[in-house]
Amino acid sequence: MSEEQIKLPMVDNHQVDSCCAGEESILDYGNAAEAGWVNGQIETAVGPVYRINTTLERRDMLGSFKARWGVGRMSYIVPPDLYAVGNPDQSSPVLVSANYKLSFDSLRRELSGLNLWILVIDTKGINVWCAAGKGTFGTEEVIRMVNTTRLPELVSSKTLIMPQLSAPGVTAFEVRRRCGFRVIFGPVRAADIPTFLKAGNKADPAMRRTYFGFWDRVVLTPVEITALVKPLAYFSLFLFLLNLVSVLLVGNSFQLAFLIGQTLFDLVPFLGATLVGAVLVPALLPYLPGRALSWKGLILGLVWAGIYTGLSGAETRLLETISYFLIIPAVAAFLSINFTGSTTYTSLSGVVKEMKIALPLIFAAAGLGLISLILSYFI
Amino acid sequence: MMKFRYLKNVVTLELEQSKCNGCGLCTEVCPQQVFAFNGKVSSIVDRDACLECGACARNCAPEAISVRAGVGCAYAILMDKYNIKSKCCDDDCGCSLDGIQY
Repeated sequence: MSEEQIKLPMVDNHQVDSCCAGEESILDYGNAAEAGWVNGQIETAVGPVYRINTTLERRDMLGSFKARWGVGRMSYIVPPDLYAVGNPDQSSPVLVSANYKLSFDSLRRELSGLNLWILVIDTKGINVWCAAGKGTFGTEEVIRMVNTTRLPELVSSKTLIMPQLSAPGVTAFEVRRRCGFRVIFGPVRAADIPTFLKAGNKADPAMRRTYFGFWDRVVLTPVEITALVKPLAYFSLFLFLLNLVSVLLVGNSFQLAFLIGQTLFDLVPFLGATLVGAVLVPALLPYLPGRALSWKGLILGLVWAGIYTGLSGAETRLLETISYFLIIPAVAAFLSINFTGSTTYTSLSGVVKEMKIALPLIFAAAGLGLISLILSYFI
Repeated sequence: MMKFRYLKNVVTLELEQSKCNGCGLCTEVCPQQVFAFNGKVSSIVDRDACLECGACARNCAPEAISVRAGVGCAYAILMDKYNIKSKCCDDDCGCSLDGIQY
């Protein structure tokens, strides 16, 4: 198989060009000398190297929290360079990391008491896994940084320890052939690095797999929620207009407070649908039946539609009920499909298949649901 | 902790065992334990667990492994299909394992 074939077709051609490459000019790398995580310098054969702290401070925690909510996310970066932990010498190991501050922080906080080098490569502020998939955490960039930091003059081991999840972008034998450094894929999680190093660069099988546990999933939901604020605002406006027109048609005088109240009340089932799709499905992922994510969303959406109509009881009329049972599962299923971008186990082929089957159904259900929702305001 | 499973019989992963040089690297880089290595040759033992990340194929020197690698992300696929300049990296497609791995 040629190199071309294993290149990621969509990822390489599309995403690198359109969303990652060419952004260099707008990224502000900042100055490591002023960074709070730098703790002095050490003198080496290739000049001074910044030494980094292995404990996170309050501002690091705050920064992580903000990044999780999408605030200042793209400027949350570390200048690509060689850094020191403790007092490394020429026989110390070299760890390679992405320059997304969240990735960098999760690495350095595990390294207290160790003496080693960290080579931060330029992944445009993207985490290891995504950058490797997009090719920015890749063979070329690793070789480039090895050369620009003059690493061959500094270390004698000629070994680079990569995060395992960078393997989709890094060809170990190419790195060795072209710059003489042997690549060892380390553990998936930074927390396992001390054990890995102590064992002589050996990872046991448990260190080699992704887990995607409850908190791993939940921590990803804030970004999903922030992406929903705008669509929900537009939908609220739509409901407000429906209420306004229906009031005017009946000939009642209009009271703003009443209309707003009514709109908020009408919003509840749909707000619930977005929370089901964006938060509950990710949180309950392994416990929901089926393999397709849209199926999981559909089921939980139907449950919520049932609960809501059950609670509103006789208040709810037929058309409204129909619209709830169509729109809510459609929204929940759609948002669940969207979560494929966050999972650790969904394949491109699988997602393409799922979308082919589910998306037409979702759009049909949503369309019919909207029609019955609109009608319900006037009949 | 259980292993997550996606759709059955969809992945494009193939291994030509006759080409395998026995380096065992595929078992190391795969985060889903798709391969097993008996000391001489690798084999696929859990094909449906494959997420088509392409790590194995990229690191297979004798090119015994082939896979249509890509990111299984609906948002990226939609943007690609309609040729929309994706802001994926700007507003975060929710790329996984953000701070867990390094």
